[in-house]
Amino acid sequence: MVQSIEDKRVETDICTIGAGPVGLFAVFEAGLLKMRCHLIDALPQIGGQLSEIYPKKPIYDIPGYPDILAQDLVNNLEQQIAPFHPTATLGERVEELDRLEDDSFRLQTNEGTEVFCKVVVIAGGLGCFEPRKPAVENLEQYEGKGIAYIIKNPEKFRGKKLVLAGGGDSALDWTLYLSELAEEVTLVHRGSTFRGAPDSAEKVMSLADQKKINLQLNANVTAIQGNGMLNACVITDKAKNSVTVDTDYFIPLFGLSPKLGPIADWNLNLDRNAIVVNTEDYSTNVPGIYAIGDINTYPGKLKLILCGFHEAALMSHSAYRIVSGGKKPSFKYTTVNGAPTM
Amino acid sequence: MADDLITIFVEEESGEKRAIEAPTDMQLSLMELLKASDYPVQATCGGMALCATCHVEVVEGDDSYKEATDPELDMLDTLPEVTDASRLACQMRLADDMDGMVVRILAKEECS
Ligand SMILES: Cc1cc2nc3c(=O)[nH]c(=O)nc-3n(C[C@H](O)[C@H](O)[C@H](O)COP(=O)(O)OP(=O)(O)OC[C@H]3O[C@@H](n4cnc5c(N)ncnc54)[C@H](O)[C@@H]3O)c2cc1C
Ligand code: FES
Repeated sequence: MVQSIEDKRVETDICTIGAGPVGLFAVFEAGLLKMRCHLIDALPQIGGQLSEIYPKKPIYDIPGYPDILAQDLVNNLEQQIAPFHPTATLGERVEELDRLEDDSFRLQTNEGTEVFCKVVVIAGGLGCFEPRKPAVENLEQYEGKGIAYIIKNPEKFRGKKLVLAGGGDSALDWTLYLSELAEEVTLVHRGSTFRGAPDSAEKVMSLADQKKINLQLNANVTAIQGNGMLNACVITDKAKNSVTVDTDYFIPLFGLSPKLGPIADWNLNLDRNAIVVNTEDYSTNVPGIYAIGDINTYPGKLKLILCGFHEAALMSHSAYRIVSGGKKPSFKYTTVNGAPTM
Repeated sequence: MADDLITIFVEEESGEKRAIEAPTDMQLSLMELLKASDYPVQATCGGMALCATCHVEVVEGDDSYKEATDPELDMLDTLPEVTDASRLACQMRLADDMDGMVVRILAKEECS
């Protein structure tokens, strides 16, 4: 299964930016040609839009599947690429992309992970999923110093005081989960009820009744305080009454929305937030960098999973020449070679 | 046919209102209209009330349009800032009684 590794330095043949369906299938196509892949995604889980936006919706236009739930498709892709043992860095955003003297590449994430590779495949979809941020003064100043928008490693919060904000499923689910670990959990929600999964909402309400969590309804976090590190949140209700709650972390959970992000700074030809590619092999204007899936554009482009899969196959055959130092890939049906192995 | 045309106004940050003419006989949603008029509406989910990148506020218009439907409320509940007249434009099908409506686009910050 695709699991995030802790290594801060990775060497591989192909680095795929984005672990959405198209990035995942690129690992498969590359694997058939014995190329090694490393995946990076800003989200803590694989699956891109499918897992983040519509995991429970059925998709009807995947060839061979009259219908398949988005998350099931992701699970199947994960299983399909398992024989190729891809490595992954999840929950980190690729910030820098440099070309080295020998024409290979070095990528760096926001958390300092470096990946060295011969080919870069950008399968970045609509861009990086970035957290929606509440309008609270000085929020940015405390990011990484007590403010977290994505929970990568819940253990970090063991024994701590936490203030969570939000009213959706993720706010409810994390409140339940973290109430077991943390010393104190306060959940702040703008509304008076929760519309998320009724089961989780009920459990949150009952934890509040038992005073196991502190629930602040009809309220918002209106200010944060700290001294280098965050140490308190000011919570204000609709009647403008404020309380100050001491805390180690403030975790706003207001969902994610995709932004093109750093991809715009990599000297690639862009057209309306998409990377212009050559449809012969989905290469970009920079040799060795390919773009596949929703992130690319060309005459007639359709943003469909199906099209991204096709692009991944053509990309792999072209990338093979770079990875192998000029050799031409031999084209073989998977039925000829039998079950895929690395 | 003028009968099938309405005018929707988009209030810019400056307070200025820009008029958009819209047909009501094409089953278009307000999201589709805003997108076609080059407003910064990403509509990531294609109109399924799943992404909130088409979040608008109905500033002036028939009161019935200031109330969000159930699937919208589910989505709006997850956002940091909403108003009492917040709507997801993809859930508003263009209709004759929307003539003269004034909306403000609240999803702007979603666009890079
Ligand atoms: C509600 C909805 C319904 C849909 N229904 C269908 C359908 O029925 N059929 C169909 O074919 N398609 C459908 N689509 C479209 C389909 O989901 C996309 O075409 C598909 O997700 C594209 O896959 P991708 O791998 O290119 O990108 P994505 O799925 O967007 O994945 C890209 C990943 O790249 C990551 N990323 C981007 N930049 C960086 C960076 N700098 N560093 C690290 N990570 C980065 C992002 O975090 C993201 O996880 C639907 C989409 C939505 C939202
Ligand atoms: S387009 Fe996604 S919620 Fe309206």
